[in-house]
Parts: sequence; C-alpha cells; structure tokens
Amino acid sequence: MIDQTPIVQGRNIVKRYGHVTAIDHSDFELRHGEILAVIGDNGAGKSSIVKAICGAVTPDEGEILIEGQPVNFTSPIEAREMGIEIVYQTLALSPALSIADNMFMGREIRKDGWRGKYFHMLDRKKMETFARDKLTELGLMTVQSINQPVETLSGGQRQGVAVARAAAFATKFIIMDEPTAALGVKESRRVLELIQDVKARGIPIILISHNMPHVFEVADRIHIHRLGKRLCTVDPKDYTMSDAVAFMTGAKDPPERDAA
Amino acid sequence: MSDSTEPVRTGQDFERTLDRSEAKVAEFETNRHSPLDRVQHILHDNPTLVPVIVLAISLIAFGLIAGGKFFSAFNLSLILQQVSIIGILAAAQSMIIITAGIDLSVAAIMVLMSVIMGNLAVYMGVPSGIAILVGFAGGAAAGMFNGLLITKVKLPPFITTLGTWSIFYALLLWLSGAQSIRGTDIDEHAPFLKFFGNTIDLAGARITFGSLLMVIVFVVLWYMLNKTPWGRHVYAIGDDKEAAELSGIRTDRVLISVYMLAGFVCAVAAWASIGRVGSISPQSFYEGNLQSITAVVIGGISLFGGRGSIMGALFGALIVGVFQSGLRMAGVDVLWQVFAIGWLIIIAVAIDQWIRRVSA
Repeated sequence: MIDQTPIVQGRNIVKRYGHVTAIDHSDFELRHGEILAVIGDNGAGKSSIVKAICGAVTPDEGEILIEGQPVNFTSPIEAREMGIEIVYQTLALSPALSIADNMFMGREIRKDGWRGKYFHMLDRKKMETFARDKLTELGLMTVQSINQPVETLSGGQRQGVAVARAAAFATKFIIMDEPTAALGVKESRRVLELIQDVKARGIPIILISHNMPHVFEVADRIHIHRLGKRLCTVDPKDYTMSDAVAFMTGAKDPPERDAA
Repeated sequence: MSDSTEPVRTGQDFERTLDRSEAKVAEFETNRHSPLDRVQHILHDNPTLVPVIVLAISLIAFGLIAGGKFFSAFNLSLILQQVSIIGILAAAQSMIIITAGIDLSVAAIMVLMSVIMGNLAVYMGVPSGIAILVGFAGGAAAGMFNGLLITKVKLPPFITTLGTWSIFYALLLWLSGAQSIRGTDIDEHAPFLKFFGNTIDLAGARITFGSLLMVIVFVVLWYMLNKTPWGRHVYAIGDDKEAAELSGIRTDRVLISVYMLAGFVCAVAAWASIGRVGSISPQSFYEGNLQSITAVVIGGISLFGGRGSIMGALFGALIVGVFQSGLRMAGVDVLWQVFAIGWLIIIAVAIDQWIRRVSA
C-alpha cells in the first residue's frame, strides 16, 4: 500500500463563496481498497470537500489528482464518465420507474444493429439481465421483478438499488453520502454489510456519515474535517469515538503526526 | 497513545440481538391484501387500463341507448374523424404533461401554423410542400420558445404557455387579418394543404387520412417515449427532476426537446386541420388547448408528471368523441354533453389520485 499512488489526492483545495471560505487549504487522500470515512461537525465543510472531488463544486485553488493525473471536473457527469459514482443522500432514484430503468438512467443500452443505431431502441433484455446480475451479486435480489417500480420498495431496498447502481458502474471509487441516515437499525446493518461487500470487490469508498458507531465499524481510516480543512486522519483502531468527537469539535487537540 | 478501552470494530452492543433477526433487505413481497388493493395495484402498474375500460363501457352503453346505428362502421369512423385534430394535439400535450409541465398554447401554435401555411401557399404562391415545411419549422420554433422560457428563464410552464397562448393568438389574428382563407381558394391554389381530408372507403366506414395520421402520431410518440433512452429521460424528469439531474441527465436539454417536438406535432396537426375543416379559420379550435388537456386527463396521464401512457390520451380523446356522438344520437341537449365531459375529468383525476396513493 505504501508505495502505491493514492486513488484521489487533493492538495491545498480552496473554495470561497463571497466572504465564506467553505474549503480552506484542505488536503484529501483516498487510498486503494479502503473505506475512508469523512466526519466533521455541521458546517465544517465536509460535503464541500467531497463535492470538489466529484465535480459538483469547482475549487478556486489547489489541485486534485486522480490516480496521479490532475483533473479539473466542471460537473459530476464528467466525474461519472471517469468511473466515479455517488450515492446521494436523496438516492436520486425515479420512484415511478422500474429498478432496471433506474439502474441505467442516463446510460441506457441500445439494441445492436440498425434498430439501436437509427431508432435508438432500448435493449430491455440486456439491461434487465445486467441489473438482475448486479443485484444478485450483492445479495440484494431474493426474487421477482426487476421491473417493479422503485416506489414499491422499502427504504433499505431503495438504498440497496442505489448502492448496486453505483457499484455496477464505478471503476475508480464510490462516494456515499449518509447512506444509513434514513434507515432503521436492521436496514442500516444490511447496508453496512453491503458497503463491506463493495469494498471486498476492490472499489474504494468515501463514506460521509454522522453516525459514529457505523463509521468506526466499517472505516479503515477516518478523515476528520474541522473549520474547512482536514484536521487529521486517524486509524479507528487507535482512537475511540469520544476521541473522534473531541477532535471534530475542537475539545481536544489532534494527534501530532497522522498515525494512519 | 490510545485509551485503554478496547477498539470498537464490532456492531454496537444494542444491535447484538439483531443477529437472530431477519437481515434480508431487498425482499420482494408478493402477498397483497384486499381485492380493492389488488385492483389499485393493477391500475397502478397499468395506468392505461382505466380509459380502456371506460371506453369499452361507454361504447356498450351508447350502443344500447342509441341503437344499432351507433355501432355502424360509418358512425365509428366519423367519431375517429371528429377527434383526430384534438387527438393529435393531445399527443403533443401528453409528452409535456408527462414531464410535469402543461402547454396551454398547443392549439394556438396549431392555428398560427395553419395560417402561415395558408398565407404562403394560397396568397404568396409558395409551393405547398415548402409552405408546410415552413409551418413545421415554425411549430418547432414556437415550442422551443416555450421550452427556453421554462428552462432558461425558469418560468412555470403554466404561466409561460398562458402568456404564449395570447402571443400566438394575437400573431395569428394579425397574420390572417382575422379573415378565413376559403376552401375554394385552397382548392384552386394549394389543394395539397387539404391532403389529410382525403378518405378511404372501407366496408361502409369512411376513414380520413387525418384519422390515420392521428394513429400514426400516437404510435411514433409511444415508441419514442417507451422504447428509447430519450423517453426514459422524459419520464424520469416528470417523476423527479432533481433525481434525474443527479443521475446525469441534462434535464434542460431534454425539456427543450420535448417542447420543440410538441410544437412540431402541433404543426402537423395544423396541416391535418386544413383537410379536416376544409378552410383556414383564425377563430377555429379556440378551445383546443383545454380539449387536449381533457383528453390527456381522461386518458389517465397524471398531471403531476411521470405517470401514464401516451396511448391513454388517444383513448381519452376517443372517450370524449364517443360521449358526444352517443349523447347526440340519443337526442340529448348539447349542454348535457358538456356536463358529462366535466364529470369525466373530475372522476379521472380522482381515480389518478387514488392510484397514486398505492401502498408499498
């Protein structure tokens, strides 16, 4: 791991909105194969830094390297084309459309040959098979209809579809924004397992969460954001949750040098 | 450097009992409850079923009331002919309503384009084919104007098209000098404008080209909405625009394309209307905007967007036609036809609301 280039590297990123500095010379690093949790108090700017990485926000200063290559995203669509997927807190699913339609939203597969080329005909069968395979791989598909509208699913099932969509198309990494915030205890547990499954498939994950137990359970490293910049990165094995909260709120000074 | 407490790497203590509980998330339940729930679910999955059933029932009912002549091939083809123009407008309207928008200007675009086609071909000696193409381009441009106001200036569709309705109406009065172009003049200078008034006689039925055009328009748009990526994007935008945007869909672009295509379809209706009416009158189809919305709503397409099939609007238009024809044949006063259509709208929207409340 040590000699590998990090998958994402942000250096000295700055973003200002008028008088407000949302990101203040912050660094960021995501390594191969890890789950990096990003925690911080409300208003610390943790969502701003993650938005800068996925192209939703264009930084004023600093540079972002993806696998060592400098990038300059102007929209999340560009990041997505590079294989960066985001699971939004709102999930970004269309409730009336089917699971398969949702998984392929914006990147539908067309039929081979003239029907696809000239008449843009969707290859429903291919899409359904693919969607079914992906859900099955992640242990999400017990039975039935891939054509079921998303609105008929429970909260956890919907989260599952959103995660499966990201996992199916991510080649670089996945950003997950509060994936357990809207879920019950049981469903949260299943989603945490899902996150581990995705990691086991070799896709690194940036996990934004307020839920300390969940963060400490799944994260390999924890990026603690405070006052617009990275305060420190810690190994959850070396610190307790109360330490993390103390760092995050400024009640305690961060460790001298990053252990992780 | 860490505290003496042991590292926290396992589930929380309070969750420990969960190991014994079910951990399935994406299980698809099959058990449904009462028969009424089942009906609700079926209608939810097949929103076009309601208008199909209503159409079937009204055909049977009026057949019984008005007798055999209602079911004659001639009368049925007449109904088809009578609804053809509003039907094509309803097809355009459907696309827009599926995006959770509305277009009050469809009929105004149509009449404006028929006036432009007529002025060019009848008075200015432009070949009919070119006049028609200019009308098509004009329809698309008018739709694009609506689309740009809605997406770029970010005005609500209702207000935008309320405004453009008046603008297009004023333009068509100006261009026509508030005068009709007479049928004899069209026959003399540009008979091709009346192409869709031609008929095919088939076993007592008299099917106009305009009726066939309506069916073709619906089939083509149905294909586009259901079988292409573009169609999926249109539905996704109507369902949840924010989510569509986050899924990587360039929503503004898709919306503008929808309004442009609707404007184009209105121009196609313009050509068909010349054949249907036989002349070009600036006063015609003044209620066409609302009639197209009526057909869409009766067809089970949700005004809230994202739900319903465009074929529903075809059935919606036919239901209106069947009611009008049946009530007329039964000797009922015209005011009661209007009365009946009013109730159809209210019932259709009430059913839509009920279907949308489907429990997960």
